[in-house]
Amino acid sequence: MPDETKPANPDNAVDRRQFFAKLGLGSLGIAAAGTAAFAYQFLEPNVLYEPSPVVNAGKPDRYPLDSVTLDVNSGIYIIHSQEGYFSLSAVCTHLGCLTAWKPELGIIACPCHGSKFKQNGEKIEGPAPRPLPWKRIWLNDDGDLLVDRSTDVPPLQRDSFVRV
Amino acid sequence: MAKTVDQYFDDLRGTRVWRSIFRSGTGSSTLKRALAIQQNVFLHLFSTKVRTRMLGFSATWYLGTLTLGTFLILVATGIPLMLYYHPSAPQAYADTKDLQFVVSSGLFLRNLHRWSAHCMVFLVFAHMFKVFYRGAYRAPREFNWVIGVILLLMTLLLSYTGYLLPWDQLAYWAITVGSNIASAVPLMGNKIRFLMLGGNAVNANALLRFYVLHCMILPLTAMFFVAIHFWRIRKDGGLYSHASEPATLRANAASSDTTAKEAQ
Repeated sequence: MPDETKPANPDNAVDRRQFFAKLGLGSLGIAAAGTAAFAYQFLEPNVLYEPSPVVNAGKPDRYPLDSVTLDVNSGIYIIHSQEGYFSLSAVCTHLGCLTAWKPELGIIACPCHGSKFKQNGEKIEGPAPRPLPWKRIWLNDDGDLLVDRSTDVPPLQRDSFVRV
Repeated sequence: MAKTVDQYFDDLRGTRVWRSIFRSGTGSSTLKRALAIQQNVFLHLFSTKVRTRMLGFSATWYLGTLTLGTFLILVATGIPLMLYYHPSAPQAYADTKDLQFVVSSGLFLRNLHRWSAHCMVFLVFAHMFKVFYRGAYRAPREFNWVIGVILLLMTLLLSYTGYLLPWDQLAYWAITVGSNIASAVPLMGNKIRFLMLGGNAVNANALLRFYVLHCMILPLTAMFFVAIHFWRIRKDGGLYSHASEPATLRANAASSDTTAKEAQ
C-alpha cells in the first residue's frame, strides 16, 4: 500500500520530510541574512555629531602676505600667497597625522613618518601617496573666509584662489 | 592521638557537602586522581595524565602557562579599573589621571594592567617561536596552531583597543594612524574604518566602540578560543614530546628491526 502513495518519479522526488527540512533550513538562512543586514545597519550610525565640514576662517586681513597659518582644530592651512588666498588640508595623506608648517625650512612636514610637502601641497619626499588636497575656499557676505573641508578643488587653478 | 592536617583535609573531602560538589571523593589511587581531573569542568580540559618530563622547564619554558597568567592578571586588574573609568570624551582622560593620582591603589592597578599587557604580547610571541622551533605545530597539532594564531590576533586587538582608552595625544594619534591603515583594505577599506570608529574621525563614538570591544567582545572571544586551545592539547595527544611522537616511535621500531635482522 505505501508504495502506491509514492510519486511516480522517484529520481526527482522530494518527500515530505525533505521538503520540511529544506523549508526549515531556507527559513533559517533568510533569518540569518536578515540578522546580518540588521547588524550592519545597527553598527552604522545614522546621525553623526561631528563638526561641520565648513569652517569659518575669519577675516582675510588676519593672514599676512606670504604666510601659512595652521588651524589645529579644523586641520586646515590658510595660505596667503601672491596669487591670493587658498586652503590646504593639513591632514597627511599617508596615515592621517596632522602636519605642521616649518617656517625656517619653508615646507610642510608630518611628524609621524616624515613626509614633506611644498607650500602648495605638492609632495617633496616621504611615504605620503598623494599631495595635500586643496579645499574649496570663498568669501561670505560678511567678508569672512569660509573653507569647505569636504570639497577638494584642483590645485593652482585660478578658481581655487580667493582674491580680496 | 591528634589528627594531622592531612587527616582533617581527608575528613573534609569525605563530607556530604564536599562530595556533592566534587564527585571523585577521597583517596589517592590512580583512578581517583584521574577522576578528580576528569570530573572538574575546568580541569577536564587538560590531560588526566602528564609525563613528569613534560612538566620540566625545558620542555615548554612554561610560556603558554605564563601567557594565561598575564591574561588572568589583566582580567583581575581590568575589572576594578572599569569602576573608575567613563568611556566618554573628554572624561576618559580625567578618569585616567584620577586613577593615577587620586584613587587608592589606582596607580598600582593601572601600571600592573599596562605591564601585564606588554608581557602578554611578548609571551605570546615567545610561545609561538618555541612551538615553531620545536616543530610542535605539525600534525596532529595543526589546528591548535591555527587557534593559536587567532589568539595572537585577539591579543593584538586587545592591545590596540586598550591603547585608545586613556584618551591622550598618544592614544588619539595611534588610533588615527591605525584606523587609516585599516582603510587601506581594497574596496571596503573606508567602510571598515567608518564602522570601526562609528564615524569619520576618532571621537566619542570611537572611544565607546573600542571600550566595548576591549572590555566585553574581545576578552569573551579570547576566553572561548583559550578553552578550545587547552582542550585541543589533550585531544592532540598531550604536549609535544619528540621521543614519544608516532613518527619517532615508528622510525625507532624500524631501525631496531633492521638491527635485529643483521644480528641474525
